[in-house]
Amino acid sequence: MGEKLVSLNDVTFKYEGQDRNAVDCVSFDVYKGEWLAIVGHNGSGKSTLAKLLNGLQFAESGSITINDIELSEATVWDARKKVGMVFQNPDNQFVGTTVQDDVAFGLENLGVQHQMMVERVQNALNKVQMDQFLNQEPHHLSGGQKQRVAIAGVLALQPDIIILDEATSMLDPRGREEVLHTVRELKDENILTVISITHDLEEAAKADRIIVMNQGLLYRQGTPDEIFQLEGELVELGLDIPFSVKLGKALREQGLNLADSHLTEEELVKDLCELNSRM
Amino acid sequence: MRIELQDVEYRYQMNTPFESLAIHDVNIEINPGSYVAIIGHTGSGKSTLLQHLNALIKPTKGRVIIGERTIESGRKEKQLRPIRQKVGIVFQFPEHQLFEETVEKDICFGPVNFGIPKEEAKIRARKALKQVGLAEEILEKSPFDLSGGQMRRVAIAGMLAMQPEVLVLDEPTAGLDPRGRKEIMDMFYQLHKEQGMTTVLVTHSMEDAARYADEIVIMHQGTVYQKGTPFEIFSQPEQLMELGLDVPDTVRVQLKLQKELGVRFDHPCLSIEDLALEVKRVMERGSR
Repeated sequence: MGEKLVSLNDVTFKYEGQDRNAVDCVSFDVYKGEWLAIVGHNGSGKSTLAKLLNGLQFAESGSITINDIELSEATVWDARKKVGMVFQNPDNQFVGTTVQDDVAFGLENLGVQHQMMVERVQNALNKVQMDQFLNQEPHHLSGGQKQRVAIAGVLALQPDIIILDEATSMLDPRGREEVLHTVRELKDENILTVISITHDLEEAAKADRIIVMNQGLLYRQGTPDEIFQLEGELVELGLDIPFSVKLGKALREQGLNLADSHLTEEELVKDLCELNSRM
Repeated sequence: MRIELQDVEYRYQMNTPFESLAIHDVNIEINPGSYVAIIGHTGSGKSTLLQHLNALIKPTKGRVIIGERTIESGRKEKQLRPIRQKVGIVFQFPEHQLFEETVEKDICFGPVNFGIPKEEAKIRARKALKQVGLAEEILEKSPFDLSGGQMRRVAIAGMLAMQPEVLVLDEPTAGLDPRGRKEIMDMFYQLHKEQGMTTVLVTHSMEDAARYADEIVIMHQGTVYQKGTPFEIFSQPEQLMELGLDVPDTVRVQLKLQKELGVRFDHPCLSIEDLALEVKRVMERGSR
């Protein structure tokens, strides 16, 4: 599966005043170049994981290693350069008064030289196709555009990993598509490893690997194929299964002789075509 | 209570250089006890339309009839409170509007503000909490100690405690997990069915519109593009797709199958079960 980029070993975390561990003895690895989806019900510990990975919170026990750096208060600034984060609400993470100022913000904090900064900002905005909007103010942008600017802000810092913490959940379908398309291109160009924390099972179905969180515990990890075979179990966890898997199941119940599961509509339609030609 | 929009136009910042036309020639009827879904892109005028339903804004042309009242351009309107009590709008991410020290105070804020005695408001708070599926124990908690899903429910309870006759919901499930989404939508549907609550749902989810609504209104570029039952609307999916709107998953797959298999379906399927049945039927028919 390639090189390990991030390792979590028995990570446990509890919020003050809560009885239950928000994250309980969780271990997993993230490999370079993959798209890892983390799914789970509200309060399952997904977002806490994101905060732990970025050093916004520190584990009570266990360790997190990012690119051979063990995350601690001493190393958090180095680790953070490796991990960029895009949050849920597009309006809460726009700090600049214009698009280019916003992308430059992180670079200014790091004291990057002006010429270099101009280049990186331009590059990052090219990559998310927002280079036509350099001097636009945030309130002129749609939600999807704001999230793409947030992604550019992350890209400009040239991290290895981007964490999307429900980054598309406040967007309309078109904005969601824009953002996912952008991230997918970055992943395909080997620029970034993607950790996507999401409720969108259709999105998770397109990931390389899925981790299912439940009540702070890592419930299961595997390929989308493996995970969505859990069907009923997932629904009990408050999750859902992709439409094509549900439809495939309903068709089999109607007596159609179809293969086990289809993660995309295309596969399902293709199988139905084959079946039809044999009938 | 019946709401009707007649030739409604709304311009933001009228008579200034920034004037912009948000909606125009909008004609909609919302009949008592109906469930209407309003669909359209961001920027199609849905939110502007929504604010007319309880006179938060006044049309710049045309009129809005809300029950016995008529709201028209150019006429000063007093006493809008009763309208606001009868038509409750749950805005997007309503939990952002929570502010009180305790859940109970937050839910009671609306009713008390509208002149309901405190004791009565407290009784209503308990009832509303039950309706949204929360336990009474949280009444004394700070709303800010709750999970996102619970906060959403508390905010909705605050609206229900006003005992509105019409409930307007703007993307009520955005950001919730799949179970939370289903629970909230089922809860509103139950209110609609059991108490005859007139419901207006603004949504991007074609699945929800198809499943719950009696009537769908498609907004496009500031005006009503199409109105009809889910069945009528999704009988012409190509039209919607041309506007760049989604269609329900089931309808999209039907279209693909029609193209790939060369089969024809008799009607749009709005549930997975129906689609599975129809697929089997057309495939068997095709093979004969």
